[in-house]
Amino acid sequence: MESNGEGASRIRREIEALKDEKARIEQKILDLEAQLQEEASLAHQQQQSESVCNGCFPSVSAADANLAHGLTADSIYRYSRHLLLPSFGVRAQSNLLKSSILVVGAGGLGSPALLYLAACGVGRLGIVDHDVVELNNMHRQVIHTEAYIGQPKVKSAASACRSINSTIQIVEHEQALRTSNALEILSQYDIVVDATDNAPSRYMISDCCVVLGKPLVSGAALGLEGQLTVYNYKGGPCYRCLFPTPPPATACQRCSDSGVLGVVPGIIGCLQALEAIKIASDVGEPLSGRMLLFDALSARVRIVKIRGRSLQCEACGENTTFNQQHFKDFDYEKFTQSPLSTSPPKLKLLAPDSRITSKEYKERVVSGEPHVLVDVRPEHHYKIVSLPKSLNIPLTSMEARLPEISSALKEQEEGTGSGANLYVICRRGNDSQRAVECLRNMGFDLAKDIVGGLESWANDVDPNFPMY
Amino acid sequence: MEVKTEGDNLPAATTVVKDVPSVQIKVLFFAKARDITGLNELSMEVSSGSTTQDCLNKVVAKFPSLDEIRHCIVLALNEEYTTESAVVKEKDELAIIPPISGG
Repeated sequence: MESNGEGASRIRREIEALKDEKARIEQKILDLEAQLQEEASLAHQQQQSESVCNGCFPSVSAADANLAHGLTADSIYRYSRHLLLPSFGVRAQSNLLKSSILVVGAGGLGSPALLYLAACGVGRLGIVDHDVVELNNMHRQVIHTEAYIGQPKVKSAASACRSINSTIQIVEHEQALRTSNALEILSQYDIVVDATDNAPSRYMISDCCVVLGKPLVSGAALGLEGQLTVYNYKGGPCYRCLFPTPPPATACQRCSDSGVLGVVPGIIGCLQALEAIKIASDVGEPLSGRMLLFDALSARVRIVKIRGRSLQCEACGENTTFNQQHFKDFDYEKFTQSPLSTSPPKLKLLAPDSRITSKEYKERVVSGEPHVLVDVRPEHHYKIVSLPKSLNIPLTSMEARLPEISSALKEQEEGTGSGANLYVICRRGNDSQRAVECLRNMGFDLAKDIVGGLESWANDVDPNFPMY
Repeated sequence: MEVKTEGDNLPAATTVVKDVPSVQIKVLFFAKARDITGLNELSMEVSSGSTTQDCLNKVVAKFPSLDEIRHCIVLALNEEYTTESAVVKEKDELAIIPPISGG
């Protein structure tokens, strides 16, 4: 008979296999539905052209008579609420249908932006992303469904867009945006929407838009705040005009570290869609030269007038030599000292003899080795989940709380008469290295960190350990 | 929801008192500046004639960790772009806005 652990993992594998199959079947249904629609519309067109050729029917159809604006009967019905808006109407909708918009990133910002851009009838909608859908995306990346977990975000987003509007062209760019492909991809579109989540991508996309002369709708969200601006629009400033110096890597925060309230990027993403629609349809006054600041907790929206184009700007200034070749050669990761991908950096601060793996730690626990485990994560992380008998001393307050570690070690030693070891753990194994370095400097010579932190504990020791 | 698009920076100087040695301003913190200071806003007294740079220096002196981001912020005085040489007036609002890059 199989043990409980084996039984559970067999069931999990079976569930995974069934989910894969379900996703495959759902995709097939969508593909077939799209095919069916295409055939139906082809047949409809054929019928219409035949009826014209035959000349049997006099042209009494109002649709035939009124097609100067280029909208088909289906389009008129689909977009009727836009057409009924006096300040939008047929002209703006026609502009929209002829426009092309690229959304970079199908995450928290990209999800609502893409849904609205597809729904409103942008003629050609491009999606760039290289990530796969994960369970911890679902609370904010509302374009994706559970069936797509583990599959490329581009595929999932494109399928959702097609199911909302099968009459527009959706283009999938399933790749990471780099200086090597950005010019080629961005040049295919009229407007670019920056829905990425990191500083180097923001500089890269802004520079690329400057070089290609494309307007950029830039949105960002973190925690409970959001920001929105339109850059490089009709002589307005670019991202570098505002932020010529990138923030230090330590000041860059990710949603995966700092958290984000799901609806906040939702709101900013919707506003990005709105600004993109205004530019594409040539309606209203885009948010150029102004920055919108959204504060969710105080329910406050501020619009701050920002500087105009900077004459000294390295990308768009008076005497700039920044061109396509410069762009291709520019190292954005070095410039911002942070990676273009969202994966968190892996620090290598300590010598191997100052570290142990999560498996080794497990063995030491099982063998009853006297030790103290210090968890250096922030308190609100510790409250989510922690290892038994660990002592939570956040890295930021460690120096002040060294006596607690000393007394915990003493307590362990009293029971056994021999020296107790000191282990340090965090979420991913970066802060634990910083902590061990600090502890060793303070005379805790036996301190070791657990490589890869709780993430490796979940991967290598206890698959049931909750990860976040 | 309150949508603020204009600062209410009426120069309270209708009561012209020549020998007022200081002015009261409000500093607004956003994003990372909010994390560092732990504050949304801060009322501050500065000597009259102070520039926004003087004010910024004073804030950084109070919260030294702000120094690492002070060269990567948008500075707005009464919701308008400002340079570090602008002189602040009574009841001015100085906003410190670092960029957010999350999404």
